[in-house]
Amino acid sequence: MSDNIKVTIDNITVEVPNGTTILEAARMVGGDVAPITMCYYSKLKGSGGKCRTCLVEVSKGSEKDPRPMPKLVASCRTGVMDGMEVKSMTSERVKDAREGVTEFLLLNHPLDCPVCDQAGECHLQDLSYEQGKQGTRTDFTRRTFAPEDLGPYIQLHMNRCIMCFRCVYTAEQLTEQREHGVLDRGDHARISTCISKALEHDFIGNVIDVCPVGALTDKTFRFKNRVWFTKPVDAHRNCTNPKCCGEVRLWMRGKEVFRVTARKDEWGEVATASNGETGWICNECRFEKKDTADWIIEGPSRIQRTSVIAQGHYAGTVGTAGKSEKLIDKVIGKEPIYTLDIHKVSEVDNPNVHLSQIAGPAHSTDFKHDIKDR
Amino acid sequence: MKLLLDKAHIEGIRYYDTWVKNGGYESVAKALKMTPEEIVEEVKKSGLRGRGGAGFPTGLKWSFLAKPEGVPRHLVCNADESEPGTFKDRYLMEFLPHLFIEGMIISSFALGSNVSYIYIRGEYAWIPDILEQAIAEAKANGWLGKNIKGSGFDCEIYVQRGGGAYICGEETALIESLEGKRGNPRIKPPFPAVQGVWMRPTVVNNVETIATVGPIISMGGEAYGNLGVGNSKGTKLMSACGNLNKPGVYEIDFDLSVEEFIYSDEYCGGIPNGKRLKACIPGGSSVPIVPANLLLKNVKGETRLMNYESLADGGLATGTMLGSGGFIVLDEDQCVVRHTMTLARFYNHESCGQCSPCREGTGWMYKILKNIEYGKGKKEDIDLLWDIQRRIEGNTICPLGDAAAWPVAAAIRHFRDEFEWHIDHPEEAQTRNFGLAHYADPLLIQN
Ligand SMILES: Cc1cc2nc3c(=O)[nH]c(=O)nc-3n(C[C@H](O)[C@H](O)[C@H](O)COP(=O)(O)O)c2cc1C
Ligand code: SF4
Ligand code: SF4
Ligand code: FES
Repeated sequence: MSDNIKVTIDNITVEVPNGTTILEAARMVGGDVAPITMCYYSKLKGSGGKCRTCLVEVSKGSEKDPRPMPKLVASCRTGVMDGMEVKSMTSERVKDAREGVTEFLLLNHPLDCPVCDQAGECHLQDLSYEQGKQGTRTDFTRRTFAPEDLGPYIQLHMNRCIMCFRCVYTAEQLTEQREHGVLDRGDHARISTCISKALEHDFIGNVIDVCPVGALTDKTFRFKNRVWFTKPVDAHRNCTNPKCCGEVRLWMRGKEVFRVTARKDEWGEVATASNGETGWICNECRFEKKDTADWIIEGPSRIQRTSVIAQGHYAGTVGTAGKSEKLIDKVIGKEPIYTLDIHKVSEVDNPNVHLSQIAGPAHSTDFKHDIKDR
Repeated sequence: MKLLLDKAHIEGIRYYDTWVKNGGYESVAKALKMTPEEIVEEVKKSGLRGRGGAGFPTGLKWSFLAKPEGVPRHLVCNADESEPGTFKDRYLMEFLPHLFIEGMIISSFALGSNVSYIYIRGEYAWIPDILEQAIAEAKANGWLGKNIKGSGFDCEIYVQRGGGAYICGEETALIESLEGKRGNPRIKPPFPAVQGVWMRPTVVNNVETIATVGPIISMGGEAYGNLGVGNSKGTKLMSACGNLNKPGVYEIDFDLSVEEFIYSDEYCGGIPNGKRLKACIPGGSSVPIVPANLLLKNVKGETRLMNYESLADGGLATGTMLGSGGFIVLDEDQCVVRHTMTLARFYNHESCGQCSPCREGTGWMYKILKNIEYGKGKKEDIDLLWDIQRRIEGNTICPLGDAAAWPVAAAIRHFRDEFEWHIDHPEEAQTRNFGLAHYADPLLIQN
């Protein structure tokens, strides 16, 4: 195909359509080669370029102009050129820069994971785990913001926000009128509705799903449970809202539905629904339908490699599988942190196995047991 | 040689009548007889470099402007002059508004911009009135509006006031702000030359750059290009401030030595109270600070001249930059730690908050510098500062990150002993200044 161009990322060559970003190309390679994204969201126009966690080194500009790029570039906003060579996890410069970005993002982060609803599915936790350092070099008081009320459904914890602007783009692109934005600037920039107003639009609940951290959380789920103590189940209903796909993920314990979210894909983004469009869901599905009778249950969800729910759901150390083998061979001198695709080694995706039968912390019988003991 | 300020002393030059009596608008009349391409060619020949700080060749920038059929193009003048130490644009706009408007008309004609904008910083509260009056006068005399002087070219100029943010001087943030949005720099590409204001091709130029276009047309690009040395062509406005006998705005030739600029009576007239020179920031707060011994001569012992190449000789390690021409002089009584802290506070305050290294890093550096300045510093803080600035530089969306990192890097590079002294003598540092150490003015040490 003439439209396709070749790009080499961490010594792995892929063919991609012209106009693809380095990040999307890296995602095609997969595994750890794809940088973690804290602000880019493929489903939101204009997102990306802000957090700088996806920095990569371009060691060869293109076939025509082989000069390397002097600065590291944000892979989510840089297009590939034919013959481009990129270093992501194989570059020391990139590693150092990402470590720096992680440190910057954590500098004023409250680190209140023990009481944060996002813990367990927080991208900042993943980032710190993969690219951060132990310990801290700062002992300054962290920046704090006054609490702001966004109405009955959405809780804003501005102290946790990393200013990715995803929620702003979501509001801009999914709702008729933008309901909130960014006030102030610098390290005091904050998400706000300006004059404390509730976020009320019937699609605004999606900001909870796009928020990479616990800055925007679901008030109907708040403090009710931990993510890893609930089990994700895919379900759908015939939603009357024409824009809503009605395909969701229920987070259950026993028969109780604790939380409803959109379905997420491999990269933690809202997945494409069966109608081919992004699977945004309406507020009614998200906040009002907390009964299994409201839903047609499809079965256990596929769980992401980074999810805490995955932890303990597979036994022992399993050898590399498929794609990952290739990675280890190719990524010379580097030991990828996640080389295994947990779906290949875990039973969580096996529809014939009930989640509660898999050993690990995250199934309901454990907790029933706990309660009895107490 | 004076090209810009030659008429500045004339009484009433701010007004149209006086301006015209002194040869005003002749350059515009000449330009309107040329084709736009010829004007761009003249500007290219002149070798004029952008006076906003980056020094990008103006003619080249103009030739990059995309010209899709049927899409309007715009000229935007960056009058957001907010860089600490820089106040040359203010002088031009306040005292020679018609020189500036002439440049706006010629540039708009050259670029095919029928609607041009001047984005001026909010703090210059009284200047928009001056500019609007000059625009009204020009319009009343047929230099603006429909079919200017029968040339078939229409042009309107609008003045837009900013809201008081340094970051709105960055060209894409300026464009966002001009469009009425939050002044966040855009992620490039696309560059303004392709998608600028209202997503149309746009050229953003500094006030001084645009004001220079008139004289270039009058005297011809080649004649202008013969002035100056190397790739520094023509003349440059410097705004000198700090410990000087005669701070102010000066028009300099590029072969002037730094020493002469500071000490001669024609320019800054030396340092008050017989004090000695300690350090200098020659191009506005974002360029590296250099100690006296590296300012007057470069490492090879050659005299430094006031031009782009000579000041930058030695790179970031021992050189600095001409930048926007905000010349800040520090005498022996000034504290580099305190000075660096003040700059760090500025950048912390002015970061737009989009990208994490700049948003978080600037605040962190400010807090550490504050600790050192107020006697609470630790030895490892200096290396930590170095590490922070290193990880900000080059990793941000817009150059404000670099601008915040460089002053800190340069201060540590050249004045590390002063930082160490602050940390080792926390109490003494509150009452006494570190002084000159080894980086004093070499000329005065000899005497
Ligand atoms: C943070 C920041 C602030 C800036 N402020 C100004 C300014 O106040 N005035 C200005 O002319 N250019 C400023 N610039 C430079 C502009 O982005 C741009 O390069 C300039 O207006 C181009 O004009 P020139 O080619 O005529 O120099 C700033 C750049 C940055 C990164
Ligand atoms: S609230 Fe969440 S989604 Fe919105 S900017 Fe902050 S971190 Fe991003
Ligand atoms: S470098 Fe600073 S000012 Fe520039 S875009 Fe990033 S946060 Fe904003
Ligand atoms: S994901 Fe690319 S900069 Fe944030």
